[in-house]
Amino acid sequence: MAQVTFLDAIKQAMYEEMERDPTVVLIGEDVGVYGGAFKTSEGLLAKFGWERVIDTPISESAIVGAACGMSYLGLRPIAEMQFIDFIVCAFNQITNFVAKGHYLWNAPAPIVIRGPAGGGVHGGPFHSANPEMYFVHTPGLKVIYPSTPYDAKGLLKAAIRDNNPVLFFEHKFLYRRIKEEIPDGDYVVPIGKAAVRRQGKHLTIVSYAAMMHTSLEAAEELAKEGIEAEVIDLRTLAPLDSDTIVESVKKTNRCLVVHEDTKTGGIAGEIAAILCERAFGHLDGPLMRVTALDTPVPYAPTLEEYFLPNKEKVVHAARELARY
Amino acid sequence: MAADVVMPQMGESIFEGTITKWLKKPGDKVERDEPLFEISTDKVDAEIPSPSAGVLKEIKVSEGQTVPINTVVAVIDAAGSGAAAAAAPAPAKAAPAAAPAPVPAAAPAPKPQIVPPPAPPQPAVLAPAASAAKEGTRVHSSPLVRRMAKEHGIDLTTVPGTGSGGRVSKQDIEAAISGSAASAAAPATAPAPARTVPPPPPVAPAPLAGGGGPAGHGTQYVPSLQLGVPRERIYFGDYEVEPLSNMRQKIAEHMVASKHVSPHVYSVDEIDMTKVATLRAKSKDEFERNYGTKLTFMPFFVKAAVAGLRAFPTLNSSLDGTNVIRHKEINIGIAVALDWGLIVPIIKNADEKNILGIQRTMNDLADRARTKKLRPEEVQEGTFSITNPGVFGGLFGMPVISQPNVGILGLGAIEKRPVVINDSIAIRSMCYVTLSYDHRVVDGAIAHQFLHKVKETLENWSEPLV
Repeated sequence: MAQVTFLDAIKQAMYEEMERDPTVVLIGEDVGVYGGAFKTSEGLLAKFGWERVIDTPISESAIVGAACGMSYLGLRPIAEMQFIDFIVCAFNQITNFVAKGHYLWNAPAPIVIRGPAGGGVHGGPFHSANPEMYFVHTPGLKVIYPSTPYDAKGLLKAAIRDNNPVLFFEHKFLYRRIKEEIPDGDYVVPIGKAAVRRQGKHLTIVSYAAMMHTSLEAAEELAKEGIEAEVIDLRTLAPLDSDTIVESVKKTNRCLVVHEDTKTGGIAGEIAAILCERAFGHLDGPLMRVTALDTPVPYAPTLEEYFLPNKEKVVHAARELARY
Repeated sequence: MAADVVMPQMGESIFEGTITKWLKKPGDKVERDEPLFEISTDKVDAEIPSPSAGVLKEIKVSEGQTVPINTVVAVIDAAGSGAAAAAAPAPAKAAPAAAPAPVPAAAPAPKPQIVPPPAPPQPAVLAPAASAAKEGTRVHSSPLVRRMAKEHGIDLTTVPGTGSGGRVSKQDIEAAISGSAASAAAPATAPAPARTVPPPPPVAPAPLAGGGGPAGHGTQYVPSLQLGVPRERIYFGDYEVEPLSNMRQKIAEHMVASKHVSPHVYSVDEIDMTKVATLRAKSKDEFERNYGTKLTFMPFFVKAAVAGLRAFPTLNSSLDGTNVIRHKEINIGIAVALDWGLIVPIIKNADEKNILGIQRTMNDLADRARTKKLRPEEVQEGTFSITNPGVFGGLFGMPVISQPNVGILGLGAIEKRPVVINDSIAIRSMCYVTLSYDHRVVDGAIAHQFLHKVKETLENWSEPLV
């Protein structure tokens, strides 16, 4: 057991999977010689060679298209987006080909598309995106957005081994800030299973990625006032583990969703609908949301702070909900 | 000196009682512990002894009225002097402070005994006040709170809300559900009398149809007194009207709820009781001499049922929503016919008693049931029941399950019948037994195996009596 950063967990997962399975290849911008913009693939070129660690021109569409083609020929490519914001350049490849191939032509595409996402690092409107919901909305894709190094490694390994196309978002704010002891050996974390990070009885806070940590901090703050919040880490957004959410809300009767994605069309709306469908008679208050504002991510640090959810906003909303 | 007589609490979950009969009139002398009045509660009927000696000065709650526990129902003048009139006002004033003498809702009910036949009896009890409060008052709550209110038969307009904007929250309704004991104990501070236990249904309120459904709890409010035909078709020819006793109302409620909640299935088996009958005939005189109690067939059936329940514990359970509660104790309820109804006292831990022990316990419970001396806890926590209408004759019956059990064993008459044994006809003492079971929990396979176990136990009886 060693203390491992989120970033190292990603690196370990790719390293171990490439070692384990010769069909696993990595393709993306600067993943080879430079070792990745965030050094997530450092050392992979030296170990596995240029045939399996492939540097590409700046074209996300080409990266995903090539990965898709390779997967048809029996490889299991990992396609890296240097910043997840530019995944939308490959939107057509992902939604029309990767997601539908199995259904249309019996051509499954076992690829992983991964990259650094999220804000809070003053990256501005082109380097801070949370585009997960475009893909959660697309049938045929799995979408993962972990919050801890342990989960990052275990879920990335599960994603690489999964026979479906998986989108894997890595919150760059967590890359070097979160460290955790993780087992040395091989393990996977099942896709589609949420984790209850904290037990509580007064309300349920559902969150994922960086906001999971914000929610946990808020829960500690709330506990000082006697409000015990249960914190659920979704880990996988598609397929969504609605059972865990519903079970928790049946116990607490109140639900607050915290996400860094913008408000309209965020997963909170989907969770609200699920709770209305499956737990209406258990709700003792309205579903509440703490999310980013419905604007592009601002450049100015003060504006970005204002734009993003934070501990104070979560505590405030949770307090109001618990008192409702 | 005057002493208050209050409605006693007859058990943990009992919050009100109905005075069924006063055994003394005002002005009568009473001794301490002399029976003073009779009450009927959710669980049992009981005779209440006088708490002190003196003269019964005033009856505050008349027969037929239902009041919360600790309500002052009478005053006894300990001095017993006729000059009580002068002293009277002072303690009378003190009484309402200690307990809210006239009970809010139930008190103004007219005596239900005198029901003029053609005029439909008024559903007097709490209709006017409650419905007036309901109209125009919008209660803010939540889906959860409304569901819980429905399940527990609580009128939300009576629950004080402490949520934002006076909303009735989960905590508020939980308090209303669990706290009626508390609110009865400290009524002065509770403004709204949160009436948690629904009152017994008013006398034949015809338009009860669709009264919210019985919500899955056998003991909850059910429209048990609904009419099957328009009321005018009930009255014809020559007739007299007799009010349904409190106990019969409780039985009606329980039976309708049970039939509504549990899908009953019935299985019948035939048991050769010859071996047990021979044993009993041989030993009953000596048994009675030695132990001072008659030996009946019943303890044998109880022991056989215990053997069946041990082998098939599914029948020794209760259902709570999606959970089956498997009882570890085997507590067998025995239906006791009374002149005025029926009650099911419980033989606790029947599996730990021998024939003598069961016979003694049964006799004691039955005697006290007939003299109204049962304690509420003695009719609770049953896990299975047995009813024996066979003593009144009849091949077999199809009993209704006593909730929250999932099975009841009904015994037919034991009669000598010709039966075929090894291809020859023999005369044997035969008995039909019926098992009614809740098909939500128990399937036919279990039920028939259970019956077979009962049959096998009785036909091959080998246990000693003591």
